Amino acid sequence: MVLNQLLASLTDGLLLGFVYGLAAMGLSLIWGVMCVINLAHGSVIALGMFGTYLLFSQTAWNPYLALLAVAVVGFLTGTAIYGAAVHRVINAPHLSSLLATFAVNMIFIGLGTAIFTTSPRNLDYSLGSLQIGAVIFPVTRLIAAMAAILLTVALYLFLFFSRPGKAIRAVANNRTAAELMGIPTSLVLASSFGLGTMLAAVAGGLIATFFPFTILSGGPYELKSFVICVLGGLGNPLGALLGGLLLGGLEGLIPTFMPVSWVPTVEFVLFVLVLVLRPTGLLGAR
Amino acid sequence: MVALGVISLIIGVDTAIVNAVEKNVVIGFTASQTGKLNMEAMRQINGLQLWMEQVNAAGGVKLPDGTVVKFTAKFYDDESKKERVQELYTKLINQDKAEFLISPYSSGLADAAAVIAQQYNKIMITAGAASDSTYKKGYTLVFQTYTPASRYLTGAVDLLAQMDPKAKKIAIIHEKDKFSTDVVNALRTYAEGKGCQVALLEGYESGTTDFAPFINKIPAGVDAILGGGHYADTSTLARQLHEKGVKAKMVALLVAPPEPQFAELGEAALGVIGPSQWEPHTAAYNPASAKKLNVEWFGIGVPEFIKAYQQRFKEDPSYHSAGGYVAGLLLQKAILASGSTTTDKVKAALDAMDILTFYGRIKFDTQKMHGLQIAHDMIYSQWQRHSEGKLVKKLVWPEAFKTAEAILYRK
Repeated sequence: MVLNQLLASLTDGLLLGFVYGLAAMGLSLIWGVMCVINLAHGSVIALGMFGTYLLFSQTAWNPYLALLAVAVVGFLTGTAIYGAAVHRVINAPHLSSLLATFAVNMIFIGLGTAIFTTSPRNLDYSLGSLQIGAVIFPVTRLIAAMAAILLTVALYLFLFFSRPGKAIRAVANNRTAAELMGIPTSLVLASSFGLGTMLAAVAGGLIATFFPFTILSGGPYELKSFVICVLGGLGNPLGALLGGLLLGGLEGLIPTFMPVSWVPTVEFVLFVLVLVLRPTGLLGAR
Repeated sequence: MVALGVISLIIGVDTAIVNAVEKNVVIGFTASQTGKLNMEAMRQINGLQLWMEQVNAAGGVKLPDGTVVKFTAKFYDDESKKERVQELYTKLINQDKAEFLISPYSSGLADAAAVIAQQYNKIMITAGAASDSTYKKGYTLVFQTYTPASRYLTGAVDLLAQMDPKAKKIAIIHEKDKFSTDVVNALRTYAEGKGCQVALLEGYESGTTDFAPFINKIPAGVDAILGGGHYADTSTLARQLHEKGVKAKMVALLVAPPEPQFAELGEAALGVIGPSQWEPHTAAYNPASAKKLNVEWFGIGVPEFIKAYQQRFKEDPSYHSAGGYVAGLLLQKAILASGSTTTDKVKAALDAMDILTFYGRIKFDTQKMHGLQIAHDMIYSQWQRHSEGKLVKKLVWPEAFKTAEAILYRK
């Protein structure tokens, strides 16, 4: 019985962990490339949720098809945020970019609250449940995990094997040198911000397929993304996925042995421990 | 007024007719138009609005001195946030000159508003707020329409015993807010007193969306799963219980199942029981039953309420709608009985009140827990499948209200 509970909890946790990882990857990428902590990350996740929801409820698009549109809009929104708020302060002290992205966050939350209110929304979409042995889980969670893996692989291939990807890595490594080599750094930075925002929006869209949400729902995922980035190593997208899995796994396993309310306590104790013992995270930073 | 009296004496006109002035009474409240309590709160406001429209359209409340009292609503959106409530109730009293107050929806918000009502010497009828603890604080001007939280799920234990006398193992998963905690504390004591074993007792934070960690903890062989909180979280819990294929004889959850929208969960709603303050099929509430109980019947009947609500809002009323309506109805009755709109006289009328309405019997504690509702009963409804395949709500407990036998949740 305990083994069944353990298996079920671990499966649920890991499936969710993949999506946490995807969300954190966006934050991690932006930090890794331009050393900007994007405080609009949570509201972008929430906007991804609403994008999927609106396309599904208003135009009857399949939620997974809607994710493609959310990804495109997410990318464009990200580049727009970069151009409007981040570009001017990219070389200023970190506090300036923190404040700039925080301002964007407040604008999104304000507009979102005015348009959508803070009432919970539910994407009324189900693909049933899948049973493997004693473990039963909704298919939507499985698809979300698979999509997260797929996007991670795609991001990895893009960063390491495509010309624009290599340009992003070059800019992340040494912006001045990259510029001297003829790489248009502003364009690369804007694209990177767009990419990070796109990942957050898609993660939001995937979460919306199985959890209800409001315009404020991005906050907890943003917080988790910070923890994940620290666990996996800030600036390392693969580390973000690993951190997501670790966090998801912990969220699944801890309730097997103690009350669920202890989950955040254990998570944040771990967070502090990693900061103290291995500040570069499990996979190390750049 | 004195001059008018003198003139009327001189010209021989009945002073009552001359004094037939219209008085506009402002009823103040906050409404959770946005936020997690939006669904329940809006129904409550609809109910209250319907009462106000009807009473004003009928010419208002006529007092013995000839004054005709008409009502105006003044309200703000509290965003389902406790911190907004006290500020807004103070504004309602000081700026909008509200003479009577209706509570916001939910025990937590109502408790915050109760302090302000008492502080400013205003009567507040609590609608949609069942927590017992508010009435342990010594308030004298707060009156409860709902059956208290301590009696919300105790009937489910009785029903379980009737469905299967051997069923003794229960799991409780509940929201960690004021109302749900009050419900669960009383439920646990009651269940253990009836020989049940509480195999799991876990609370979740308000706003929880992932219930998998709680569902995975439900021990095997559990007979009943009880708990929940408010609409948003409880409907998600019901959906995830279904998705996870949980087996139990009974699932009884707070607040969400009696709402007509709960049927939108489809298969996940089937077999779920919900304690309800009022259901449209409560034929037992009528003038004849008032006579049997030897209490006064007041207000419209159940069919008239349903018809008027459906016509006005193009939807079926839920117990939250009925709760909103009856909150206004109780004020109307108290003003009528006291012949006044002053706080002390209306309070005395509420203290003495013992009536039957379309919503059920109403009587308040006037002793230790002043204002606590002591006469109203809970009803338990269950979503069952109609012969045509449609999901319908049936009343399954108590015996006096039954329209169908309870079915097992999932064998």
